[in-house]
Amino acid sequence: MIPELHLPWMELSILITLLGALWVRTIHDRDKAYRSCLLICGLVFLTSICEWIDFESLHAFEARDHFNIFKLLFNKNIFIVDELSAPLLPLAALLYLLTVLSTLKTKGHRFSFSSTLLSESILLATLSSRELWVIISLLSVATILPYLEIRANKRSTRVYVLHMGLFITLLVVGGVLSSFGEAGDLISLIAGAFLTTAALLRSGIIPLHCWMTDLFEKATFGTALLFVAPMTGAYAVVRLVFPIAPDWALQGIALVSLTTAVYAACMTLVQREARRFFCYLFLSHSSLVLVGLEMATPLGLTGGLCVWISVGISLAGFALTFRSIEARIGRISLVEYHGLYDHTPTLAALFLVTGLASIGFPGTVGFIGTELLIEGAIEVYPLVGTAVVIAAALNSIAILQAYFRVFTGARHTSSISLRARPSEHVAILILVALILGGGLYPQPGVTSRNHAAIELIHLRETIFRKSEIDSKISEIDLPESTQPLIGLRQDLR
Amino acid sequence: MNTDAVFHFLGVCVVVSPALLLALFGVTSLMNRPIGERLMAQATQTMVMIGLFASIAVLGLMLSLDIRYVPIELGNWVVIPEQHFHFHLKFIFDRLSIPFCILSFVLCGTIGAFASRYLHREPGYNRFFVCYAIFLLGMIVSSLAGTIETLFFGWELVGLSSALLVAFFHERLNPVRNGMRVWSIYRIADAAFLIAALMLHHLTGAGDFDGLMGTGSWPDGHATISEQHALFVGLLLLIAAAGKSALVPFSGWLPRAMEGPTPSSAVFYGSLSVHLGAYLLLRVSPILELSLTLRLAVISLGLISAIFGTLIGRVQTDIKSALAFASLTQVGIIVVEIGCGLRYIALIHIIGHACLRTLQLLRAPSLLQDYHTLENAIGSHLSQKRPLWVRFMPKRYRIMLYRFELERGYLDILINLLIVRPFMSLFRLCDRLERRWTNFLSGGESRESDLIKPHAETLEEYL
Repeated sequence: MIPELHLPWMELSILITLLGALWVRTIHDRDKAYRSCLLICGLVFLTSICEWIDFESLHAFEARDHFNIFKLLFNKNIFIVDELSAPLLPLAALLYLLTVLSTLKTKGHRFSFSSTLLSESILLATLSSRELWVIISLLSVATILPYLEIRANKRSTRVYVLHMGLFITLLVVGGVLSSFGEAGDLISLIAGAFLTTAALLRSGIIPLHCWMTDLFEKATFGTALLFVAPMTGAYAVVRLVFPIAPDWALQGIALVSLTTAVYAACMTLVQREARRFFCYLFLSHSSLVLVGLEMATPLGLTGGLCVWISVGISLAGFALTFRSIEARIGRISLVEYHGLYDHTPTLAALFLVTGLASIGFPGTVGFIGTELLIEGAIEVYPLVGTAVVIAAALNSIAILQAYFRVFTGARHTSSISLRARPSEHVAILILVALILGGGLYPQPGVTSRNHAAIELIHLRETIFRKSEIDSKISEIDLPESTQPLIGLRQDLR
Repeated sequence: MNTDAVFHFLGVCVVVSPALLLALFGVTSLMNRPIGERLMAQATQTMVMIGLFASIAVLGLMLSLDIRYVPIELGNWVVIPEQHFHFHLKFIFDRLSIPFCILSFVLCGTIGAFASRYLHREPGYNRFFVCYAIFLLGMIVSSLAGTIETLFFGWELVGLSSALLVAFFHERLNPVRNGMRVWSIYRIADAAFLIAALMLHHLTGAGDFDGLMGTGSWPDGHATISEQHALFVGLLLLIAAAGKSALVPFSGWLPRAMEGPTPSSAVFYGSLSVHLGAYLLLRVSPILELSLTLRLAVISLGLISAIFGTLIGRVQTDIKSALAFASLTQVGIIVVEIGCGLRYIALIHIIGHACLRTLQLLRAPSLLQDYHTLENAIGSHLSQKRPLWVRFMPKRYRIMLYRFELERGYLDILINLLIVRPFMSLFRLCDRLERRWTNFLSGGESRESDLIKPHAETLEEYL
């Protein structure tokens, strides 16, 4: 019996954003739409925080909503929160809140508030679900909104459509096949391969990463950031692939992720434009998360989950700083030195803090996560740990290079003040507080991620043990009916 | 109050005082509410004094009680019991760390007082002191670190502050480029250090120096890992030390670092951070003892760096660069001493050299003025004796040597040619291939942003 939260926090969050999206769509005044969107995002953030606190108070691995409507309608728990997703929901809500908060009013006509709220509801629903088909459907639906925006901007959608089309196809085929397979058999292996490829494609693994740079090129920075920063690709890997993939497959994924991490880190050093630079930086970090997740050892997995949170916070702050600068001087060329420090010293400091946090600089939220990740990697393969260190070193060089290019090296003359607006300042300061707070007092975060890691590994071991027992039984007696993989997962819950 | 409690209190004071200084400067700067110059100077003075007197008190107590090793346990920062992972916060006061800690406080205190006047009304005054606080904390944490992870923590702080201070005059291009160079080399060194630290952790099961270096306090410890492991880990640590102490082939960053303001050049690159690599080698000296090959590598690197430093220093046309290479010569000799097992001599050499070099660098601008006054007074240049070997060397070789010295041993050019350029070319090629691929998929130009120039701001945009 799954324990119940005291209120239906997850359904409430999703409902608020859905209704909010409809309400904001009817508002034509840009300022009012901004304020309304901010209010809704704030409310959702509060409910997600309440959900997290409520969940923590239960001391359980998983919990479901109280007064569960879906349970009444379909006799199924669609929305379940567990130790993995509990902090991801407030993180996602915070990301949306801060993105909206740091949106300048002048950008209102390009950045759609109602679409943002709609995408938030889809994301929250994705992160609240463990059902295969619900995740597949929501991941597929989430790809539509950026497509509509690129099309509205009158830019070519072909790169995005080709990749996302392939992503959806792979997801659906993998989902269908997994319904017929048993854990450990050939069909489930093929299903796992389809699902893995889909999840890796969504995470931007090389050579299937070009959609991501294209998205950052053609959509607004806010939309692109909100599409990639919550790392739903990694979520799909943990939910759909991790429980069924054999060890050798996980190690293969880790190797591909590691290659992407190093390749993307190298590519950051040759980028000429800030968005592409950020995209590669993000790609490198999100691949490092995948490396940790695929280690399948408690330490490596804990490291991966810690880096997931730290990268989510720090790179979101980093991107918001970039976005704030872009709002002032347009697309940022990294070929020239802009010398903006004198105009925006606070943004410069925040840029540096968030950037350094992403590479796991001491005293920031990423430090312990990166240490754990490297230690976990070295436990399995020393060379993998070395590659992770190299990727981190290259990323750190790229970050300081970007800092110098944007803020130093020249005298920027401007007739007007370019200083950070209070709303931007508040948005990034909240993230900096989280970065430094989490960095100086990391124990609760690490403990929570470690619990989640151990539970995930237990779940995986249970599935494989059960599959071994089933195969031994089948050697004696022919099975009367096959046990579908999805059903097996449900039983295990 | 028993002795342990007194030691604990004083030890905490030593570590916390620079941390508080950084918290004060950092938080006010991030909140965009920087404090005034006088308050900054006073806060710096107070915190440095607290730290210095506390460390002197620890030394006094240790001498009076005849204790040679005082660990200060601050507990586990992070612990995962099931996986036997712990990040232990432990600081040690021993015969190596105390002199280095007191040296750091004395020199940083001197420079803090000097800089508060030297940089008076300079636009970057606040920024300088933020970096200064990061550096001071990094130096103290590195000096007193009782675990290799804690040493890495301090090491990184020193690296960041150094790079930012080199680029202090950041409206000009050269300091920024030099800051970037320093950072790049530091990061290579940091990567080597981190890998070595994790390997050591893996081999010994603990990050504590007690566990790594076996029984006995410094310098009497005996490491317990095998010779091969010692060689592998030791070489990684040697790369880390070479990067931090600007040994060959990483020496290119040292004269570049002199682009920063004089106080930071004096204390950071001239005396303290340049010795941090040597300090690391001293700290892990029991590992060096295990492998003769490793010791020979250390001696060779030190010797090459010393000879290189003295040759290049002779042709420098500005006083800070000449002093930088003179520092390199001394650091090279210190490394040779460490390789030869002369640990106390190396430690005394570090202290003497750091103090002398700081004073020389601080005196440098006024020295030049005095020099010119003297030349004006006598009406000609001061005579310079050519060294004996120059008189016997054929002209052709002298010119070759001069070129070699003037180009700083072609080291920067070689690094650019052999590492940076091929690396950048390869990934620029990848970038072009990606562009072609996305162009092909898009059926047209897919990267218009490359052509977009930053637009000039219009007032309406921000109203």
